Amino acid sequence: MANGAGPRLGEKARKTLDALRERYPTSEALLLPALHLAQEQWGGWLPDEAIEAVAGELGLAPAKVYGVVTFYDLYHQEPVGRHRIRICTNLSCALRGATEIVETVADELGVEADEVTPDGRCSFTGFECLGACDIAPMAMIDDEYHGPLTPDAVRRLIRGLE
Amino acid sequence: MAFEPILTRNVGNPDVRTVAGYRRAGGYEALAKGLATEPDELIEQVKLSGLRGRGGAGFPAGVKWGFIPKGNDRPKYLVANADESEPGTFKDRVLMEHDPHQFIEGCALCCWAVQANTCYIYIRGEYVRQAEVLEVAIADAYREGILGDNVLGSGFRLEMQVHRGAGAYICGEETGMLESLEGRRGQPRVKPPFPAVVGAFGCPTVINNVETLCNVPHIVSRGPEWFKQIGTDERNTGPKLYCLSGHVERPGVYETAIGATLDELLERAGGMLGGRELKAFQPGGASAAILPADKRAVPLDFDSLAAEGSMLGSAAVIVMDETTCLVRATRRLAAFFNHESCGQCTPCREGTNWSEMVLDRIEAGEGSAADVELIRRICNNMGGTTLCALADAAVGPLRSLVDTFGDEVEAHLAGGGCPLPERRYFEEAARV
Ligand SMILES: Cc1cc2nc3c(=O)[nH]c(=O)nc-3n(C[C@H](O)[C@H](O)[C@H](O)COP(=O)(O)O)c2cc1C
Ligand code: SF4
Ligand code: FES
Repeated sequence: MANGAGPRLGEKARKTLDALRERYPTSEALLLPALHLAQEQWGGWLPDEAIEAVAGELGLAPAKVYGVVTFYDLYHQEPVGRHRIRICTNLSCALRGATEIVETVADELGVEADEVTPDGRCSFTGFECLGACDIAPMAMIDDEYHGPLTPDAVRRLIRGLE
Repeated sequence: MAFEPILTRNVGNPDVRTVAGYRRAGGYEALAKGLATEPDELIEQVKLSGLRGRGGAGFPAGVKWGFIPKGNDRPKYLVANADESEPGTFKDRVLMEHDPHQFIEGCALCCWAVQANTCYIYIRGEYVRQAEVLEVAIADAYREGILGDNVLGSGFRLEMQVHRGAGAYICGEETGMLESLEGRRGQPRVKPPFPAVVGAFGCPTVINNVETLCNVPHIVSRGPEWFKQIGTDERNTGPKLYCLSGHVERPGVYETAIGATLDELLERAGGMLGGRELKAFQPGGASAAILPADKRAVPLDFDSLAAEGSMLGSAAVIVMDETTCLVRATRRLAAFFNHESCGQCTPCREGTNWSEMVLDRIEAGEGSAADVELIRRICNNMGGTTLCALADAAVGPLRSLVDTFGDEVEAHLAGGGCPLPERRYFEEAARV
């Protein structure tokens, strides 16, 4: 990096974090919010430079930030698709056909779980209960919940993604 | 007689998402009344109501509040548990989505009672839209003088902040949640000290579930006596949200007096899906022992379910019909616990891993009679030996599989695998 400055969070993310500082007694407590912001900035995952940026911003050791990132399912250390599809496979969804939804999505996208389609458009993964068993079987596409799904419905949803 | 909804009375009325609309529906009167009541008196009322925690453990809320030390030498906190990650559970989502101010009002009353000036709402990271609803409602509440330096003109200061998790079941465990809030891996702490004494940022902290807190405004407005006469008996009081899912016609949240039976809930939910026969159900989420169909008339309350060797837990009622293989269902839950174990305690880390492996091989027809004994041994090793209750939770369904549904396991062992092929749900539907 030129003049020794490491990677940085964008202006908007830094402003959001600054506003949050007074809401917490420690800056360490800003770590989860900061990682959410960084992941948004870096296209849905956290490359090394994103982790360094967060560590630098909060004055934490990068190793500590890595340790936190690896603990949580919503933080990704590998590239993901522009659209992220999380299909619930826990019991209530499994009882109503989640397996077939997973098969349909894999078939529609032509990739395995956690792989990105060659055009970078989508990736999918099986997920634990998303707290929406009333619409089982269901999936979360980016930030939205969808269900009850059928194989046809999930194909249509995927085809509608840019 | 149909139950008059209390906690879900505003569901379907989008007007209540604003302070003005919520006020039109009678909202924030309880907060005004509460602020005019001495904090200790408020704690006493919640004790008298018999309200028990709706997050899983059923601990009396007023008693918990009473553990918070008096005096203002250290900050105090309320951390509202909106992590809602117990498989089968979705009631807190409904409460937050449809009536955010009821929840905020409950939090504010709790803060007044224990004299906490800061409330964090720890919400699971996947609830992006629900976090937004709360943030909008909180901003509105600040504007309307319900939060901030001078709550409803009382001089009481209250700050409220939504804090998003990032996908980890263990962060629903109260001390895992505190670790996560403080910016660390969500690994549960050694207890004691309990959070009431050393909680968030080293300070006294109340942790309550969303639904627990949503009950509080109603206790304050209508009185503990009113609350107490709802429910099975004086140890199981108040309204309750049941999350019905699985093989039922209309899955969803159903509010009744605590102590409804499965049959009563099924009737409201349109019965079993496709009119099939009930085989088994889990009354309290993934962590509860699975009960056979003949327990369908047991009141779903804390004590009645404990007496049956199961639990009310989060009141997530997962219904399974005759086509369900219980080995496969339990294996799915075992995989969940294995994935979510934080790995600090050997019995939990090893036990959840082994239980998934053993159930895998039984389901695949590679199990042996010794595996049943192995499962019992795993259960004995995991129960009560760990830092947090995740290990006990994992034992819940596992032990019931071998104890209550042993013949189903036997059928797998004798027949070289699963006698019930996994249902091809949509293929079946396409054929009719
Ligand atoms: C593994 C584990 C996960 C838990 N998850 C949740 C949860 O998602 N939501 C919740 O309210 N309580 C959860 N709990 C219970 C909390 O530890 C705590 O008892 C509860 O939030 C206290 O609130 P209450 O007394 O109002 O129920 C969990 C407990 C364990 C052991
Ligand atoms: S019981 Fe399991 S989840 Fe709980 S602290 Fe120990 S290893 Fe972690
Ligand atoms: S099991 Fe799929 S949302 Fe709960």
